Amino acid sequence: MTQRKVERLLNLVICLLNTRRPITAAQIHDIVPGYPEGDEAFARMFERDKSELRELGVPVAVEALSSWDDEVGYLIRPGDYALPDIDLEADEAAALTLAARFWQQASLAGAASGALLKLRAAGVDTGDVSRTGVEVHVTSTEPAFAAVWEAVQQRRAMTFSYQNPQAQQPTARTIEPWGLVSWHGRWYVAGHDRDRGEPRVFRLDRIRSAVKLIGAPGDVVRPEGVDIREMVRGRFGTEELRRTAKIRVRRGAGMGLRRRASSVMAADADHDVVELPFASAEVLADEVAEYGADAVALEPEELRAAVLARLRAAAS
Amino acid sequence: MTTSPTRLARLLALVPYLLARPQSRLEDVAATFGVTVKQLTQDLELIWMCGLPGYFPGDLIDVDIEGNTVTLSNADAIARPLRLQADEAVALVVGLQTLAQVPGPEQDAIARALAKVESAAGDAAAASAAVAVDVETDPAVVATIRDGLERNRRIHLSYYVPTRDETTERDVDPIRLHVVTGRTYLEGWCRRVEDVRLFRLDRVVGVTILDQPASPPPEAQPRDLSEGLFQPSPDDETVVLELSPQGTWVADNYPYESVETLENGGLRLVLRTPDTRWVRRLALRLGAAGRIVAPAELAQTVRADARAALRAYDGD
Repeated sequence: MTQRKVERLLNLVICLLNTRRPITAAQIHDIVPGYPEGDEAFARMFERDKSELRELGVPVAVEALSSWDDEVGYLIRPGDYALPDIDLEADEAAALTLAARFWQQASLAGAASGALLKLRAAGVDTGDVSRTGVEVHVTSTEPAFAAVWEAVQQRRAMTFSYQNPQAQQPTARTIEPWGLVSWHGRWYVAGHDRDRGEPRVFRLDRIRSAVKLIGAPGDVVRPEGVDIREMVRGRFGTEELRRTAKIRVRRGAGMGLRRRASSVMAADADHDVVELPFASAEVLADEVAEYGADAVALEPEELRAAVLARLRAAAS
Repeated sequence: MTTSPTRLARLLALVPYLLARPQSRLEDVAATFGVTVKQLTQDLELIWMCGLPGYFPGDLIDVDIEGNTVTLSNADAIARPLRLQADEAVALVVGLQTLAQVPGPEQDAIARALAKVESAAGDAAAASAAVAVDVETDPAVVATIRDGLERNRRIHLSYYVPTRDETTERDVDPIRLHVVTGRTYLEGWCRRVEDVRLFRLDRVVGVTILDQPASPPPEAQPRDLSEGLFQPSPDDETVVLELSPQGTWVADNYPYESVETLENGGLRLVLRTPDTRWVRRLALRLGAAGRIVAPAELAQTVRADARAALRAYDGD
């Protein structure tokens, strides 16, 4: 933005805030310095200025000049423009500073610091405060974050190519996004999958293409009663741990298995038999295989076969 | 979507900020707004050119620079900051909601700040329902560690190390508690390895506060986490992995240095690590879904691990 343009926009904001009655474009042309002489050139520039102000969040209103006239004028209502009074205690201001710092390594860093500046401008003294030795941060290194957030905010559907870990190739997906969830260190988007016709959850770091927004803003409506956090949590916890595995574990090893065991019994001088509830033999086999000779799957046969398949492949 | 505030947005916050704080030091204001003193001076020169229609000296904003302080007056029309934009409101609200999930004494202040921000933001805060950050904490572990931090005490940790499958006992001088994208870590001077370490709290098996004061040595500098939690060191060993399409999930779960796509849809991953034991375990788990290409000795070790494990199965 050039110096002259910023000056013109600032004068326009002051002019529109200062007027009680709507003023016409022609009056603005006369009053506010910096616009070109010709009517057409002025009209084009004024259109651009209005849309830039609205992008910043400045509420430029359009109103009929009078009830018997269809000519319109412009104004900014101070009540719509200004941040309402906010009076924060010192400990509340400290919490807010930390909340803004939360985003400093993530996509909303600019938004967070912009918000903090507005609050400081409203007289809130945030200072440089921190809680005793606690730092709360979020990261959003996923390239898809910004575009998905835009889709969520504008409530528009989106398409992208998604790599399912079980699939050979990424597939094209069309999603109506309901929200973003950070869970166990990762970002997910929850929404309605148009191709599958049901609610689904996607990990942002598995999106393999640019995210394309489709449809009109406001198209996507989140159904009543949907809890996006539960959708993401539920994706991992829905399978019940209905079966029990028996695994022979060397004493002093297999801590990860022992922590979840329902029982541990001595097998011989150096080994225990650990009984463990589980849902998926393939998932448990991944874990058992990692322990190599320290953990031998005894039962069920499905688990034993799955571990052996991994070890045979790794041995060759 | 741009997250950097434009110059106009800065000016609209700068004016009310200075109106509320006569005789502000230029250096302090520049630091608050994240600009140089030179840029701030240019901003003030621009503001001084703007004001109410008429634009006579009495209509213009008064900017009074005395020495290294500035006082602003005659800017009633823009004396209040602009209200929060949707992404600004969401950044603050979600930040506060996340802080509220970390057990600690400031819960009350966070709740009060949240109510005030939501009320001041109005409709702009609506989209915050579409972003959730789930923090996993064990309240008892967090409470003990925060107690240790506040009273400046050394703590004893029983800490599970999955890569080596062992529970280690260590005394730690706590430095900070980090909550990063929902995961909680203790940063502290580990007296066992005599270095600063990050401990994942979900791997803490037991924690007690000791009677000694915490006394991290002067060289125990808190880490700069702006580049992410895990930074490779030049001494790390380089490992090359070839993953089949079924094994590409590894790229989503482990930090790596470079990646290329193979003809079969798999990946060739180059990573650096100070400790290759976890790579050995990963290779056993991957089975046919991946193999170590380099270093050759590591690939050889994995084959030996797998054969030893297969012998353990032959035995029963």
